[in-house]
Amino acid sequence: MSNSTDLSRAEELTEQLLSGNRRALSRAISLVEGDTPAGRLISGLVYPHTGNAQIIGITGSAGAGKSTLVGSIAREERKRDRTIGIIAVDPSSPFSHGAILGDRIRMQDLTSDNGVFLRSMASRGNLGGLSEAATAVSDLLDAAKFDVVLIETVGAGQDEVEVANAAGTTVLVANPGAGDDVQSMKAGLMEVAQIMVVNKADLAGADTAVAQLRSLLAIANLGAWKPPILKTIASSGDGVPELVDQMDEHQKFITVSDHADQERIDHARRQILALARAVMHRQTLAEAADSLSLDMLTSQVAVRSKDPRAAAIELVDALRSSWSGTSLSK
Amino acid sequence: MTKEQPIRVLIAKPGLDGHDRGAKVVARALRDAGMEVVYTGIRQTPKMIAEAALQEDVQVVGLSILSGAHLELFPRVVEELSSRGVDDVLLFCGGIIPAADIPRVKEIGFDGVFGPGTDTSDVIKFVKEHAPTRT
Repeated sequence: MSNSTDLSRAEELTEQLLSGNRRALSRAISLVEGDTPAGRLISGLVYPHTGNAQIIGITGSAGAGKSTLVGSIAREERKRDRTIGIIAVDPSSPFSHGAILGDRIRMQDLTSDNGVFLRSMASRGNLGGLSEAATAVSDLLDAAKFDVVLIETVGAGQDEVEVANAAGTTVLVANPGAGDDVQSMKAGLMEVAQIMVVNKADLAGADTAVAQLRSLLAIANLGAWKPPILKTIASSGDGVPELVDQMDEHQKFITVSDHADQERIDHARRQILALARAVMHRQTLAEAADSLSLDMLTSQVAVRSKDPRAAAIELVDALRSSWSGTSLSK
Repeated sequence: MTKEQPIRVLIAKPGLDGHDRGAKVVARALRDAGMEVVYTGIRQTPKMIAEAALQEDVQVVGLSILSGAHLELFPRVVEELSSRGVDDVLLFCGGIIPAADIPRVKEIGFDGVFGPGTDTSDVIKFVKEHAPTRT
């Protein structure tokens, strides 16, 4: 529920962040990330000012070198005189809900550069909220006029993959010798990436990894964009200029090529669906937790008089009927 | 509708000593107490610490220092923070702070001083009790 204090706060922060106030940007990010009433108002206020930044998602398994690569990309973008906002996502503990956010360690030299804004973000549980929050925070960085926004996330599980929906271009980071990595890509990650990177390309097996990716791409169901496969050594910066060139190529593809209109429509649709999924997930689980039907169904399933799948459907049905006439947006 | 927001803490090591065991132990303890802990690593300048605190919008900044340069570096951290308008954060420190320096360190603005042998539960309790609430 928002009130007039929330509104004036949201208006003030929005105005400040649009004019480049980093402190206001930082506060706004917290409000948006926390899904507060003021944060929701800010999201609405900044949205008309978005759409100018190049939004890049960087995903891949833990240890693939994503943070180091993000640091190298940021340095390359700075050489090209572009400002850059970075969102680095790390997992929250499912037990304590706490998190250690360590991405700044790999990007220390960027901390005192005014053309860079790095924000660490904890995934905060599994309620489908990560893609929601990352999308909203990326909008803020876009509105604050950063030329490039990088979203870095561990590519494991649907929630992380859906972060790709916020990005215009998603880069998948793999490593040599990680056969399992390539296996796991078959299960969904291949489809979300527009650029493939074999990082740590100085290790043995880099060419094999490239070949494996190429053969997977050969049988994938691709559209008009053919994902390039690049080799990088993030720690030295080798291959990074070429990677940034390809990111720019894809940006042209989605903004000024003949495919741009269709890409914009597809992107908007994917984004809405991903966010709707997140909202439904969160809303349903929150209501389910304190629903009377849940208690009743629990006792039936516990004594095996009803199977859990039937109980789940009944629970969702009960919630849906209680929704009629109610609105989430008020 | 609004959920309780986790406390965000920055743990940093200013100056030139590389002994980060203490900082890491505290970072993990705070994480296990449900906080979101941004860890910056070693050899941070006051400017880097203040800029990280601004970008991460933390409520709490904890510094670990074993080099003896605390009376040099702590005031500069406070200066850099306030020059960025970050003046509503809780400050605490740990490492090797001689007893004679503690009053001065508190005067600079570090309300909590935790030396060797501190129980991490004391740090957690301190942070939970004193972290400014954010709305």
